[in-house]
Amino acid sequence: MSTEIKTIEKMANTEYKYGFVTDIEADEAPKGLNEDIIRFISAKKGEPEWMTQWRLKAYRHWLTMKEPSWQNVKYSPIDYQDIVYYSAPKQKKKLNSMEEVDPKLVQTFDKLGIPLEEQKILAGVAVDAVFDSVSVATTYKEKLSELGIIFCSMSEAIKNHPDLVKKYLGSVVPYTDNFFASLNSAVFSDGSFIYIPKGVRCPMELSTYFRINAENTGQFERTLIIADEGAYVSYLEGCTAPMRDTNQLHAAVVELVALDNAQVKYSTVQNWYAGDVNGVGGIYNFVTKRGACRGKSSKISWTQVETGSAITWKYPSCILQGDNSIGEFYSVALTNNMQQADTGTKMIHIGKNTRSTIVSKGISAGRSQNSYRGLVKIGPKAEGARNFSQCDSLLLGDKCGAHTFPYLEVDNPTATVEHEATTSKIGEDQIFYLNQRGIKTEDAVNLIVNGYCKEVFKELPMEFAVEAQRLLSVSLEGSVG
Amino acid sequence: MLTVKDLYASVEEKEILKGINLKVNPGEVHAIMGPNGSGKSTLASIIAGREGYSVTNGSVTFEGKDLLSMSPEDRAREGIFLAFQYPVEIPGISNATFLKTAVNEIRKYKGLEELDAMEFLALIREKMKIVGIDQTLFSRPVNHGFSGGEKKRNEIFQLAVLDPKLAILDETDSGLDIDALKIVANGVNVFKQQSKEKAVIVVTHYQRLLDYIVPDYVHVLYNGRIVKSGTKELALELEERGYDWIKEENNIPASTK
Ligand SMILES: Nc1ncnc2c1ncn2[C@@H]1O[C@H](COP(=O)(O)OP(=O)(O)OP(=O)(O)O)[C@@H](O)[C@H]1O
Ligand SMILES: [Mg+2]
Repeated sequence: MSTEIKTIEKMANTEYKYGFVTDIEADEAPKGLNEDIIRFISAKKGEPEWMTQWRLKAYRHWLTMKEPSWQNVKYSPIDYQDIVYYSAPKQKKKLNSMEEVDPKLVQTFDKLGIPLEEQKILAGVAVDAVFDSVSVATTYKEKLSELGIIFCSMSEAIKNHPDLVKKYLGSVVPYTDNFFASLNSAVFSDGSFIYIPKGVRCPMELSTYFRINAENTGQFERTLIIADEGAYVSYLEGCTAPMRDTNQLHAAVVELVALDNAQVKYSTVQNWYAGDVNGVGGIYNFVTKRGACRGKSSKISWTQVETGSAITWKYPSCILQGDNSIGEFYSVALTNNMQQADTGTKMIHIGKNTRSTIVSKGISAGRSQNSYRGLVKIGPKAEGARNFSQCDSLLLGDKCGAHTFPYLEVDNPTATVEHEATTSKIGEDQIFYLNQRGIKTEDAVNLIVNGYCKEVFKELPMEFAVEAQRLLSVSLEGSVG
Repeated sequence: MLTVKDLYASVEEKEILKGINLKVNPGEVHAIMGPNGSGKSTLASIIAGREGYSVTNGSVTFEGKDLLSMSPEDRAREGIFLAFQYPVEIPGISNATFLKTAVNEIRKYKGLEELDAMEFLALIREKMKIVGIDQTLFSRPVNHGFSGGEKKRNEIFQLAVLDPKLAILDETDSGLDIDALKIVANGVNVFKQQSKEKAVIVVTHYQRLLDYIVPDYVHVLYNGRIVKSGTKELALELEERGYDWIKEENNIPASTK
C-alpha cells in the first residue's frame, strides 16, 4: 500500500518536472500526455472527481505498459507525446453550398448513393430546417425517453447517470486491459451511452448519426451499451461516407453488457481514410470492443464491415458468462492498396450450453495484407458449449496476402468446436470468364465480392446492407484487371 | 460471319500463331484439330479477347466489325461464346446470379428489356432440360466443386441460355463419359437448329464428337498455321493415321516441332 503511494508520488513529481499548468480557458491542450493534461481534460468536461480519479488510475497503469507488437501489421512508431489529447469540440466551418465541397468527396457520395440532404450534413454544408439533424434527434429522444431508454453522449451520462456509469464503465474492458484500452480510459473524449431498461425492446435502430453532439467525438471514443433483463437494442456505428480525419491514431473502446435474456446487436461500418495508394496519411484504427453476456440466455452479435483505415486492429469479442448465452461475430474486412488489417474475434465460453458463431470474410486486393485472428476458449465449466467458425479469404490479384490465425483452447470435453477455412483467388482467369459471358470487369468484381459477403450482409439492417455493398465496390474500384 | 486474316500472334516474345486464315459463314460447322500445343486454344482466346497475347499482324472481323478493338464483354454481347477448355471456378457467385447477370447484360446490349426473376426462371427451366443439368448445381457457386464432366456440361448449359450467334467449343468433349458426350453434342445441335444462321467452331482431338456434331469443314492447325483443310473425311483420316503424315507433307521432320 505505502509503496504504491510512493510510486504514484514519485511519478507525480517527475511529471511536474515539465512544470506547466494548463490554462483551463484554452481550447486545446498542449501536445503530450501527463497527469495535468488528464486533469485538464476532466475539468474541461466538467467531470466529477471519481471520473478524474478513474482516468488517472488508467493513466498510471498505462505508463507501466508496453505497446503490443504481436499483431501482423507494420507501422512506424507512434510518438505519444506528439498528440494533442484534448481540443474543444469545434463547430465545423459551415460551407454555404455543395459547390464549395471537394468534388472528389461529392463523387464518392454519389457513388454511394447518399441523399443530397445527408451529403450536406456530412460535408458540413448548412442545411435547412426540414432535415436538421438536431431536430431529428430531438424527436427520437422524446420517443425513447417515454420508454425509459437512455441514449446520450458519454459526457452527459457521466453527469446525469453516474450510478450506471460507475457500475458498468470498465466492467467489460477494465482500464488495465491492454495498452490502447488503458490509453483510451485515461483520455477518452466522448462516445455513446445507451441503457435499455428491463423488458424494453428498443423500437428503432440507434445510431451515432442521430445523436446530438455526435460530431467530434475525436480519436478516443468510448461507448457503453447496457441491455437490462429481457431488453433488446440494435446499434449502428459509423457510416459509409468516407471519414477524413487529421488524427492519425484512433483508439476506441466499446463495452456491451447483456443481462438475463437481453440481446444487443452491434453493427459497424468503418470507412476511415486509408491513405493514398502508398498508404501515406491513413488512419491507425486500434479498437477494443467487447461484450459480456452476463445474464442467462443473453445474446450479443457483432457485425462489422471494415473497409477503411491504413491499419485496422480489432477483435470484437464476447464473454459468454450466462448459461445458454450466445455470441456471434460476422465480419467483412476489405483491404486494398497498402492497407493492413488484423482483425477477428474472441469467444470466451464460461457458462453452460453457451454457443458462438464466427463468420469472417477477408478480402485482400492491391498490395494489402489481411489477417484473421480468432480465439475460441471453452472454460472448464462450459458444459455442452458449441462453436462454429468459418473463415474465408478472398484474394484479388497476386500481390496481396491473407493470413489466418485461429487459436483454440478447450478445457471441457463435452464441447463441440468446428472450424472451416477457405482461401480463393480471383485472378485474370475468373475475370475473363465473366467478361466472356458479357459481364464487364467492374461488375464482375462486384458480383464476386457481394456474393462472397452475402452471409455477413444479411446480418446488417437492410439499408445499411445496401450501402455496405456499394461501399465495397467503390473501395475496390480499379483493383482487378 | 467470322473472318480471320493472316493472323500472327505471340505470347511473351514467343510466336504462336503464324498466319491463320479462316472464314466461317452463318450456319456452318468448322472443326479444328491438331496436335497439342499447336495453337488451337490460343486462337480461340484471341477471338474471345483474352489479354496477354500480342497480335503482330492480321485481322479478325465478326459480321464486318473489327473484333480486335472490342472489349471481351462486347464480343460476347455481339454473339461470340467460348466454351472453355478449362472452365474456372468462381467462388461466391451462384450459377443462377451469374447467368441472370450475363443474360441481362447481353439483352441490354441488344436493346431488349431485362428479364425479371420469373421470366429468367422460366428460361432456365426450359434450357436445363436440354443438357440435363441438375437443379442443385444451379444454386452452387459457378463451377465450384463441379466434376470435370459437370463443368463441361455447365458450359453447354450456358451456351443454351445465352444463345449466341457463334459458339466456339474448346475441347468440350474431353473428360466426358459416353452418355455425357451425347448430351453435350445434343445440346450443341439444339443450339444450331434454333436458326439457320448459328455457326459453330469445334476444337477437338477426337473424331468421335464429330459423329454427333457433323462438321462442314475440318482444319488441321499445326505449328501456328492451318496446314490442311477438308471435309469430315479428313477427321476420319487423322484418326486413322495420326499427324505424322501431315508434318511430313509440311516438310517438317516428324515428332519435332
Ligand atoms: N500464356 C502463355 N505463356 C507462354 N506460352 C503460352 C501461353 N499460352 C500458350 N502458350 C504456348 O503456346 C502454344 C500453343 O498453346 P495452345 O494452348 O494454344 O495449344 P492447343 O493447340 O490448344 O493445345 P492442346 O491441344 O494441348 O489444348 C503452346 O506451346 C503453349 O505452351
Ligand atoms: Mg487447347
